[in-house]
Amino acid sequence: MLGRTAGSLYWMARYLERMDYVARLLEVAQRMAALTTAGAISGNEWHSALIAAGCEPGFLARHELVTPEAVMDFLVLDAANPSSIWSCIEIGRANARAVRSALTVEAWEAINGSWLERDAVLTQGPVHERLGQIIDWVKMRAILFRGAYASTMLRNDAYYFTRLGSFIERADNTARILDVKYHVLLPRHETVGGGLDYYQWTAILRAASALRAYHWVYNDRVQPWKVADLLILRPELPRSLAACYQEIVEVLESLAAAYGGRVGECHRLAGEFHARLRFGRIEAIFQTGLHEFLTETVDHTATLGQSITEFYLMD
Amino acid sequence: MLASRPAPAWHRGGKRVQFDEMNGTDGTCRAPYAQVARWLKTASPDLLNLKRQEAELLFRRIGITFAVYSQGGSPERLIPFDLIPRILSEDEWSRMAKGLEQRVRALNAFVHDCYHEREIIRAGHVPEAMVLLDESFVPEMQGFDVPRGVYIHIAGIDMVRVGPEEFYVLEDNCRTPSGVSYMLENREMSLRLLPDLVCRHDLLSVSQYPEELLDSLMSVAPPNCPGDPTVVILTPGSMNSAYYEHSFLADEMGVELVEGFDLIVEDAVVYMRTTQGLRRVDVIYRRIDDAFLDPLTFNPASMLGIPGLMAAYRAGNVTLANAVGAGIADNKAIYIYVPEMIRFYLGEEPILKNVPTWRCGVPEELAYVLDHLDELVVKETHGSGGYGMLVGPKSTRTEREEFAAKLRAEPQHYIAQPTLALSTCPTFVDDGIAPRHVDLRPFVLTGRDIRIVPGGLTRVALREGSLVVNSSQGGGTKDTWVIRLPNAPSGAS
Repeated sequence: MLGRTAGSLYWMARYLERMDYVARLLEVAQRMAALTTAGAISGNEWHSALIAAGCEPGFLARHELVTPEAVMDFLVLDAANPSSIWSCIEIGRANARAVRSALTVEAWEAINGSWLERDAVLTQGPVHERLGQIIDWVKMRAILFRGAYASTMLRNDAYYFTRLGSFIERADNTARILDVKYHVLLPRHETVGGGLDYYQWTAILRAASALRAYHWVYNDRVQPWKVADLLILRPELPRSLAACYQEIVEVLESLAAAYGGRVGECHRLAGEFHARLRFGRIEAIFQTGLHEFLTETVDHTATLGQSITEFYLMD
Repeated sequence: MLASRPAPAWHRGGKRVQFDEMNGTDGTCRAPYAQVARWLKTASPDLLNLKRQEAELLFRRIGITFAVYSQGGSPERLIPFDLIPRILSEDEWSRMAKGLEQRVRALNAFVHDCYHEREIIRAGHVPEAMVLLDESFVPEMQGFDVPRGVYIHIAGIDMVRVGPEEFYVLEDNCRTPSGVSYMLENREMSLRLLPDLVCRHDLLSVSQYPEELLDSLMSVAPPNCPGDPTVVILTPGSMNSAYYEHSFLADEMGVELVEGFDLIVEDAVVYMRTTQGLRRVDVIYRRIDDAFLDPLTFNPASMLGIPGLMAAYRAGNVTLANAVGAGIADNKAIYIYVPEMIRFYLGEEPILKNVPTWRCGVPEELAYVLDHLDELVVKETHGSGGYGMLVGPKSTRTEREEFAAKLRAEPQHYIAQPTLALSTCPTFVDDGIAPRHVDLRPFVLTGRDIRIVPGGLTRVALREGSLVVNSSQGGGTKDTWVIRLPNAPSGAS
């Protein structure tokens, strides 16, 4: 397979996963903002969403004030923001179109369908009035895409590169969404472990589709280190870092097997980090600092992505 | 010289006669269309409308689009597909196919000659300047022998018809002719939407085209090809108007669709960058113009090309199809000499006729053209896609005056032809079924032998009276059926 083809499949999947993530991030911000009592630091939740999306510098280059409406517009609609939902669909679809013949009809139609419906869903009326609808639509389109490719694509290298894109992006996204809590300051009269703190952690669990999973796994009230444990170390949660890295390691092994045992630095990087997640303890992570660990995860995942790109001539 | 030209056949007694491929000139249904005529009479308008909508939906879903440059809005458009097939009998087709084969053989011999001994010039049949000063002449090709001597691996010859037995060649396309994906997709559409009508005909298949193409390309592998040749299609990228076709053909042939960036040349060998490292490439079916192929040899600003490709080509390590410099055979000024080429290289009389053509570069011919602008079609010798042409009878006085000024300024860049009464075919239009003008582009493959699948791309001018069939100018397409008539002996020719 051409390196460029692999690259397009990889980025197609990354952008469609990111589309989903941005919607979930907006959902967290919206829930947290709804919980904030009058007089609290308003706009704070939206600012944290910008940071978690990695979009703060781009936003500040275009806007002076962080208002909820401006953040929603920037993350949903702004074509100048490469991570806006609008752009994710545009870029994801452009990559898909470039490798149209490597995709199944179902996978292509799932992407092309999102592109065709996009304007009708995103641009009919002010975003802040329809945010809930937009978020629901995006999540459904993301699920449709994953289901379409997972249930129709041949298990060969094209499938593996698509899957790599999905899970590299998801590992990055899970680390970032968990870090949202770090950036949202509690109002002065609220205490850690207090009511608002509790609701904020709950909002993060919801956005990761993990609230019910939390109760099943821990059978306990929501506590910060258990939320972190679930989203970082629990292999049974499909969005956890451990689950993402397990998938990445398996896919890279499948690729190596398909290519006559050819392995490189990317295989080592993935395996090394996976081992840390597999055998790590949440207490140790909290001791060195959750935010520091999440930052390291984002950096490591970026390095791994670059290493994969170089090894398979995808640039 | 002009006075001695015979009166053109499409002027009968000074009056133009319109030939319809279904109803002839007198309204009597012609044999190949018997079943279609019956179908059109019996099918309800609602059903036909439903089928048309279904066709459009299918085209859009599959993503068979055509990009039109320099227009606002979405760059992806559909070419309208007309459901009513355009039909040729096997007899009509066989005669045309023989003529096409003959013509492509001669064109190919001409390109070879241009880059070798130039015998046709020395014999005085083609002016030397016409070849050597033409911008599509590539000096780097001189004295270089291409595999099997094939330059024009894929040719698209544009044909028009003005009467039951009168076919004319309008244009030869010897560079990167497009449209074959429509030939194939239109047939799929007929099989899907009109299965009953198809069943009532003995219809010759076109679906083998991708296989024939791959076979032809493999047969021209370069001398230094180490084993089974690896074939790729080289596309300018997804913004190109014919990108759908490029990806369609790659898919159908099971070969990689590459862009310039995917290929690199090392030690005069071409490789593609794959996920398993570099892999050797032997035959490149390129859908990029000569000027963009190799920035070291041609346009240094080309971002599409592959540095060193020409060196690999000349070293016999890769085959380019069509060959570099093949465009010398298809500009509209050289067209006039094709009948002469057939006599010169093959010693045969041309089977297919040329449309009489005036060269504006010749003073007395220019004078004639300027006097008769209102009845002629004037074209740029290097134009394509229906741009930069004047259709005299449809033009306004101002348009003609403006065009005359251009002609006087650069006469050598123009040719003129009579306005042909192109044949018409029944076509769906807003208010029912009406005759519309059509042309035909069959595709001729040359490798170890010449192959032509029975069919081609029929383009139809959807506006009433319009003669311009180009898709960039609002034309549509039809499926082209070559059928064996019920009482004809099989294999008749």
